[in-house]
Amino acid sequence: MARTKAGNSEDPNPSVELRDVTKRFGDFTAVDDLTLAIGEGEFFTMLGPSGCGKTTTLRMVAGFEEATEGQVLIDGADVVGLPPYKRPTNTVFQSYALFPHMNVADNVAFGLKRKGVDKKEIERRVGEELERVGLAREANRRPAQLSGGMQQRVALARALVNLPKVLLLDEPLGALDLKLRKGLQVQLKRIQREVGITFVYVTHDQEEALTMSDRIAVMNQGRIEQVADPEQVYDRPASTFVAGFIGVSNLMPGTVRKSGASGEVELDSGAKIKAKVGGFSVGERLNAVVRPEKLDVDAGGPGDPVVEGLVESSLYLGTATQLIVKLPDDVRMTVLVPNADEAQRQRLPGGGAKVKLSWAPEHMHVVRESAEPTSSNDKEEAT
Amino acid sequence: MEAATATTARHVSDSMPARAWAWLRRNALMIFAGLAVVYMLVPILVIGLFSFEKGNDQGELDFAWDGFSIEYWTDAFGQTAVNDSMITSLELAALTMVVATVIGTLMAMALVRYQFFGRRATNLLIILPMATPEIVIGAALLSLFISYNFELGFTSLFIAHVMFCISFVVVVVRSRLIGFDRSIEEAAADLGAKPLTTFRLITLPLLAPGIMAAALLAFALSLDDFVISNFNSGTTVTFPLYIFGASLRGIPVQVNVLATMLFAVTVLAIVLVLWQQRKAEQMAAVRPDPEV
Repeated sequence: MARTKAGNSEDPNPSVELRDVTKRFGDFTAVDDLTLAIGEGEFFTMLGPSGCGKTTTLRMVAGFEEATEGQVLIDGADVVGLPPYKRPTNTVFQSYALFPHMNVADNVAFGLKRKGVDKKEIERRVGEELERVGLAREANRRPAQLSGGMQQRVALARALVNLPKVLLLDEPLGALDLKLRKGLQVQLKRIQREVGITFVYVTHDQEEALTMSDRIAVMNQGRIEQVADPEQVYDRPASTFVAGFIGVSNLMPGTVRKSGASGEVELDSGAKIKAKVGGFSVGERLNAVVRPEKLDVDAGGPGDPVVEGLVESSLYLGTATQLIVKLPDDVRMTVLVPNADEAQRQRLPGGGAKVKLSWAPEHMHVVRESAEPTSSNDKEEAT
Repeated sequence: MEAATATTARHVSDSMPARAWAWLRRNALMIFAGLAVVYMLVPILVIGLFSFEKGNDQGELDFAWDGFSIEYWTDAFGQTAVNDSMITSLELAALTMVVATVIGTLMAMALVRYQFFGRRATNLLIILPMATPEIVIGAALLSLFISYNFELGFTSLFIAHVMFCISFVVVVVRSRLIGFDRSIEEAAADLGAKPLTTFRLITLPLLAPGIMAAALLAFALSLDDFVISNFNSGTTVTFPLYIFGASLRGIPVQVNVLATMLFAVTVLAIVLVLWQQRKAEQMAAVRPDPEV
């Protein structure tokens, strides 16, 4: 299913490649037959809820875990069986994992010293790297004397100074507060463009994934649900799980009545709508997905699909107003109406009112129901 | 409830006995703690005090204050028998410390970091020597040595001391290892350090405070041991054994002098360890808050 989408990187010489990789811990399958190709210089994100296997996948690339089955290739060379210190990768850990008994400069110099780089050269490169992350003045301080954001930047410098073929980042911003995280997201993206190194980034934060990535692999229960660029993942989720995990989605269950490019779907709420259901057969169950900001309230164009419901609540969010509309089949739809026009906002129906929700046909997307129950937006990540 | 006590306190504040009583109630725990400390320290103070005592005509302690004198401090090493036993004890303790610390540290690493058959059982068994009465260990070791025709002396003492010190070392180092962030070692490996390099540059320095504490503990335990040593010493005389023997005849005042010196060194060592531990805790604070 979704696996066919994986590994279709256009890069003929992928930087990192996983072929049918499976990782089992006892009876538990953490990563299940994963195939993936990450292009040279790509900012690639693995996104998913806790326990979906994204960190395990990263650790198999780094060499901290060995795949139970399958192949891991870096720059075309099979690295299975190679210990971490022989792999051309460097890692930024969620806990930073800085060496507490060394100062910042010694932390950053650690990798170069292991390679036996000339002393003068080490000094120069460490200085440059600290300059890049804005910590030149902190070179002689101990990690404990730095703030969380600074420690994170030391960890980044310590990895980047070695110019790895691939930089692996395991929720590097997970322990920081929101404001700091936003700032570092921008910095990280800038640095990645500057150095041109392949970044493999693990996160459970969908917003982070959408803003930074060239491509995103959405993972669930050890499998990849979808690999695509952020726009695609958001607008054309490949499965119910992806639709539910990325942003707020409205999922309207229904049954295919007529298949094909100009098919028809009967939603459980009663409406019959036109839909492109090429790969579906008549009678099959599916979910119609429409993002909250794509829904119109009592204002659809002619021929647009329409569903009717009752407004349950209306919430002022500043930039937009959020309506919760309950359809006849008890499905709750979230509608975001931008607060561009005060008069228009005043006209919005209040609680209990009957409304018609419509959308342009191109803003609707149909997905098969996922085999596994859709996880809620789980923001926790066990490490 | 707090408000009620406060009002009562203010209400009775004019009468003197009531005020004293309130003060006592506020500070009862402090007074209690102070008394406990005095209780613990008085015997040591007595030793220190009597190292400045004149002693009787033979230069022995008679536990009566005959007058102040520093003659035994200036002649601290004037008694060969005292010196010899002290040197034996220090040698034994140093050797025991090194060997027990190495074995115990490696054992703790195995117990914390590796899964193997019998790990849980070993974790349990390791406490046994600490819980077993010393007299039992002493007697058991003696019968072991005798049944193997092992000559009693310094070597048998050394074997016995290492044996009962290992448990303490394991327990101390293990607690340090359990809180050890493994990702720091992973980071070292990730940056190209081979396992031995990682151990030398990362693991060992970070464990050092725990290992130091364990080593000092082993040293102190060995230096101090009497019961087990008494069984297995043969003709070798350690400091505790000497004092015990001398107390039956007459203890040279030098014993008090050396004991006071030893005490001072021990206090210094403890202060050092505490300082080390504090430094280590500051370093451990590098780890970010696990709460996100």
